[in-house]
Amino acid sequence: MTFEIPIENNPGKIVEVTIGATADQGGTRSRVVTVGGNTALPFHFFEGRHPHRPVVAMEVFDKTPAKYPDSLREYYQDVLDKPGEMARRCVADFGAEMVSVRLEGTHPEKGNRSAEEAVEVVKDVLAAVEVPLIITGHSHFEKNNEVMKKVCEATAGENCLINYVETNNYKTIAAACLAYHHTLVAQTPIDVNLAKQLNILLGDMNFPHDRLVMDPLTGALGYGLEYSYSIMERIRNDGLAGDRMLAFPMLITPGAECAKVKEARAVEKDYPQWGDEKRRGAYWEIATAMSLLIAGADLLIMDHPRAVEAVRKQIAEIYHSNEEGGHGALRT
Amino acid sequence: MALSGLDIFKLLPKTNCGDCGVPTCMAFAMKIAQKKAELSSCPHASEEAKAALGAASEPPVRLVKIGAGNGPEVGGETVLFRHEKTFFHPTGIGLEIRTSQGEDKILDDVRELEGYRAERVGEVLKADLFFISHDSAEKAAFLRAVSLAKANSTKGLVIDCPDEEALKEGLELLRNDRPAIYLRRPLTERDIEMAKTSGASLVITASSPQDLADQTEKARQSGLTNLILNCQGNGLGGAIQNNAILRRSALKKSFKPFGFPLFIRIADADGFESLAASAALLCKYASIIILPRFDKALLYTLFTLRQNIYTDPQKPIQVDPRIYAIGDPTPDSPVFVTTNFSLTYFIVSGEIENSGTSAHLVVCDTEGQSVLTAWAGGKFVPEKIAKFIKDIKLEEKVKTRKIVIPGFVAQISGELEEKLPGWEVIVGCQEAADIPSFVKSVNLV
Repeated sequence: MTFEIPIENNPGKIVEVTIGATADQGGTRSRVVTVGGNTALPFHFFEGRHPHRPVVAMEVFDKTPAKYPDSLREYYQDVLDKPGEMARRCVADFGAEMVSVRLEGTHPEKGNRSAEEAVEVVKDVLAAVEVPLIITGHSHFEKNNEVMKKVCEATAGENCLINYVETNNYKTIAAACLAYHHTLVAQTPIDVNLAKQLNILLGDMNFPHDRLVMDPLTGALGYGLEYSYSIMERIRNDGLAGDRMLAFPMLITPGAECAKVKEARAVEKDYPQWGDEKRRGAYWEIATAMSLLIAGADLLIMDHPRAVEAVRKQIAEIYHSNEEGGHGALRT
Repeated sequence: MALSGLDIFKLLPKTNCGDCGVPTCMAFAMKIAQKKAELSSCPHASEEAKAALGAASEPPVRLVKIGAGNGPEVGGETVLFRHEKTFFHPTGIGLEIRTSQGEDKILDDVRELEGYRAERVGEVLKADLFFISHDSAEKAAFLRAVSLAKANSTKGLVIDCPDEEALKEGLELLRNDRPAIYLRRPLTERDIEMAKTSGASLVITASSPQDLADQTEKARQSGLTNLILNCQGNGLGGAIQNNAILRRSALKKSFKPFGFPLFIRIADADGFESLAASAALLCKYASIIILPRFDKALLYTLFTLRQNIYTDPQKPIQVDPRIYAIGDPTPDSPVFVTTNFSLTYFIVSGEIENSGTSAHLVVCDTEGQSVLTAWAGGKFVPEKIAKFIKDIKLEEKVKTRKIVIPGFVAQISGELEEKLPGWEVIVGCQEAADIPSFVKSVNLV
């Protein structure tokens, strides 16, 4: 029987979004990062274009998260409270393509650090590494708005990825991104329609499409991953089918989500069937990241160096097979 | 491809005789389409109608069972994306055993995997298969490995043996065990004969979809139906794309040669890479995944992913309704109450843990619905919550008389207090993420 590859030509295309700015572009980064541009499902090279690989960022903090797991301390213990040095290690030793600066310590209940202190942390990291930055805030609207406004202003022209705005609190931060030329993450809680609605609201503010990334919220493996997985698959399918309000690159956060779960901490002595806890911490992040890459993730914020290494290696291998001019499936 | 009621109507006699028990042929056709009636109820159906309906009712991806007892049933899928309906038959996960590894190592691996069991949200997680690969020169080593696996395990066996004599003797040892034969090279008449006489399934290996289609067609035409497809691509990218192409052809184009379960053997690498490849392919249609090494942490991770991906999106995973100890609670620690939707449970228990407080978490039976849905559906309402609290004898188990309810059901607090005399009902926060600040701001002791 003659076999023909069943090609699906999608009318839609995921928006290409560039983060970071070089000296020519008004920033100080040595390189920029571009995600999106796909015209087919993830890794379906046989039926569409995939001009940019998914990008792996790693995360540093203004304040060490409570219950930071030992499986990560092993790699960062001496630099956990030195975000600049930690960022340098992530990039130079662990292969981070971007760095996320998490400003959780400015939350009124988690340290209440000032906006000025946050700006210092971000500047420290900007000076330490040459890759584009993600600035990650928190859910306390009032304080987060104040901090993000200051950080946007202090990093004007760098085209950072400002992470995040939500439906009930987007105007202030989106306006700051417009004023100081940054890119923005629109976060919604695991729901296609809410995601679309927030993108439309941002569109109403004339927020440019090519500066928008969606975060449909990551559930860690075993903690709601299946919801994130299916919502992301639906968003990507709809985006490719031509729904322009869903055709944005997607951000996921396997690092922060997996660092919170019991499986990242519990030791083998107490849970013999769960196996070696050092490897398990990385495994949990890998499984979360790889499955959500299949569902459509374009940008990943990760924590565990071994997980980053394995995921980047697989992404490179998958794309390499494409770049060599086709893979087995096309040689019918 | 399923036929519509109208398609079926066209195949019927259109006499409205009523002999099938349904007044009109149209109504009968509709019932067949909804799978509420079968064509065999119509005594006047033509051979043509029977053939057409028979072909249409053939599953688009065949369900294949490997092993007699605890072996898995794989394949049988009907959708490309789990949100379209659900994935039905969880990926069979197995371990590769190589005959060159020696008897001691083989026996260790067989016993380790056979004994591996873990539990997660009420489900037992365990492996399904052994893949016995004959990579030594000794026929005896292969037969010994087969005997060891058979004697020490209840799992399904897939055997890979280039030595035909040894394979025949191995199949003889597994006469009633429904093994699968893995073919390293293109299918021959002798393979077909062997599969027929032994009752074994065949794993057909090919280097491209066209090659695979040719081989599978040959097997199908000789009457074999228990086939498994192993289309070797160029690395992980090739495997993902091949699986997508094969499964799409079967489901969307009714391309029969690809209507079978898909086989993946993970190359030997460090655990991190093996897991990354396994995780991606588990999502993209692998019906069987063979792992190169026994690694408990990897198995537990992959089993959890399998549980997540193969959960029916319309039937949420539930946790057991009971009292859960979060942290190290004393009888004076506060009581939180929530629903038994697994995600709700995980998030609430996680955030209580993050808050640094120890507490008793009372998980009510809401049939797996989340707080607002359960409240709207009458499953998370004062009388039911109060009854559950009495049934589990909470009053005897704790000294505290303060109970925290989710902020989204603040409106039930008064009525719940009436139904629970002696208890103070405290309205908690709406979002679980706010539990850490909630416990700081409210006196719960």
